[in-house]
Amino acid sequence: PPPNSRSDWIGPPDKHSNLRPVIFYVPPEESPLERRLREARQEAQACNQRFWAQQNRAFRQEKEEFIYSRLKAKGLEIRDDTGKKATLNAEEMADFYKDFLSKNFRKHMQYNRDWYKRNFTITFLMGQVALVRALRWLRWKKKNV
Amino acid sequence: MSAARRCRPPRAMAGLFVWHLKNTGIRQVPCQFVHLCRAANDRLITFQYFNFLKRMYVTQYNKDLSQRAKPKSDSVASPFRELQQLDQEKKVIHKISPISPVHQPLSETSSRNELREMASAAETEDSVALVRAESKDDRQWKEMKLRLDDLPGILARLSKIKLTALVVSTTSAGFAMAPVPFDLTCFLLASLGTGLASCAANSINQFFEVPFDSNMNRTKNRPLVRGQISPLLAVCFAASCGVPGIALLTLGVNPLTGALGAFNIFLYTCCYTPMKRMSIANTWVGAVVGAIPPVMGWTAATGSLDAGALLLGGILYSWQFPHFNALSWGLREDYSRGGYCMMSVTHPGLCRRVALRHCLALIGLSTAAPVLDVTTWTFPVISLPLNLYISYLAFRFYRDADRSSSRKLFFCSLWHLPMLLLVMFTCKKSFLEKEGKSDLLGGNHGRAVEIGLP
Repeated sequence: PPPNSRSDWIGPPDKHSNLRPVIFYVPPEESPLERRLREARQEAQACNQRFWAQQNRAFRQEKEEFIYSRLKAKGLEIRDDTGKKATLNAEEMADFYKDFLSKNFRKHMQYNRDWYKRNFTITFLMGQVALVRALRWLRWKKKNV
Repeated sequence: MSAARRCRPPRAMAGLFVWHLKNTGIRQVPCQFVHLCRAANDRLITFQYFNFLKRMYVTQYNKDLSQRAKPKSDSVASPFRELQQLDQEKKVIHKISPISPVHQPLSETSSRNELREMASAAETEDSVALVRAESKDDRQWKEMKLRLDDLPGILARLSKIKLTALVVSTTSAGFAMAPVPFDLTCFLLASLGTGLASCAANSINQFFEVPFDSNMNRTKNRPLVRGQISPLLAVCFAASCGVPGIALLTLGVNPLTGALGAFNIFLYTCCYTPMKRMSIANTWVGAVVGAIPPVMGWTAATGSLDAGALLLGGILYSWQFPHFNALSWGLREDYSRGGYCMMSVTHPGLCRRVALRHCLALIGLSTAAPVLDVTTWTFPVISLPLNLYISYLAFRFYRDADRSSSRKLFFCSLWHLPMLLLVMFTCKKSFLEKEGKSDLLGGNHGRAVEIGLP
């Protein structure tokens, strides 16, 4: 994002977490309320990034391991004669999906609760900031009229 | 004259097909429509719009939206997109040109194959072009500033406007089936109120699900995920749609409809959305969410919750299961990675059993319709082949449990519902008949006295 921009910028999805990173603009005369909002958003972003990057990485890794072990059990190699990677069909993968979901259930519950709380806090702070800014703008208009 | 009549609907149908194909690339069954044309020519033309919206509804489902929601059909609707999510309007334009030459021979089975091939060819080129455009767009950093001219498009995507349109069309189906004289203002108020309530519920759903949506292919292009709109604005929009919507229903129609609307919003946003990640029971909740709009349409017309309303709700409830379960079968990987608790992942056997069970229930419910005085006895007879076909596909899905049978069942459910509701409407029992008149409605003769839209 250009250095003289006065707004936040959002980027392309991250490779690991699929979330889009946001670069927050810090205005020179940032009020404490606005700072709290920005910090809450940064924290939520970092937390989300951590969680999803780790989840996706674990998923990919465990999927590879599962495919490898199943292929070995069937007596096949990871790569077949043409050099392409051998894959299992959806039915065989179903066991893995079920397993992965149940293993990570508690982690997801915890993340859910966390995410909902953060989401509400951030939105509420946004509301407060918007209200304060609106009042300030009204006061400025009254002064200049 | 009748020949001319017969020509028009197929062309219109082709338009529908094209649009529909764009969205799902499914195989249409033009033949069925031609049959239907012969069955109820004039009424069919009136219901083009109705049918069209219905299609959008079924197509749009995603449970994740799936939902079903009406508003809420999100649940069913959301997961629905197993192909790439291409919900950009340009696609329609691209699609229509390659497919238009195939208009004429609609009634032949060979045309079906042509249509299919052209559709898939057109779709692959379009999808490639669009994906390229999208990914280039995606890789850039964007300023998070709200542009006013983008706002209508953003709000439309936020409120899942197509899904909302389908929800409204199920509500109008409920309204139309009610055994009372048609009241236009009431109809419009009910539709508008339901539409607003649905927009509100869909917006709140997207507000809750931002990080999950970004990880699933189907939903990663939503406005909140892309940062095109702030969460605060999304919530304000939801409030500004929901409050007037429910108020309109309560004050302009009747309190019962308003209460049902508010309850449905609550069920969708506060029960279904969180439950998606907690337990597989979310599918049942989502099915209820989907069943309520036609009930709302009925109560808007009559003011009371009769057996007919519950029957319509029951039909939609049962329909949700084959639709959603078949859809979710292909999305198991995304659900597992995203942490969604769906039957197809955790209890695959149950998933298929439930789909089959509810297809059979549809047969039972269709038979119950004349018993409850909602339709004439022609309805179970005409709908039997439809219901048997979907039950057969559900049985194949149950037995084979593979991707192809799930796709077949899903695509069948897409046209099964609009067809069923259309047939139901044409077999609707005239309230005059109920008063002892011996005129047979049957649905074949355009009697002005019959219920019906103006």
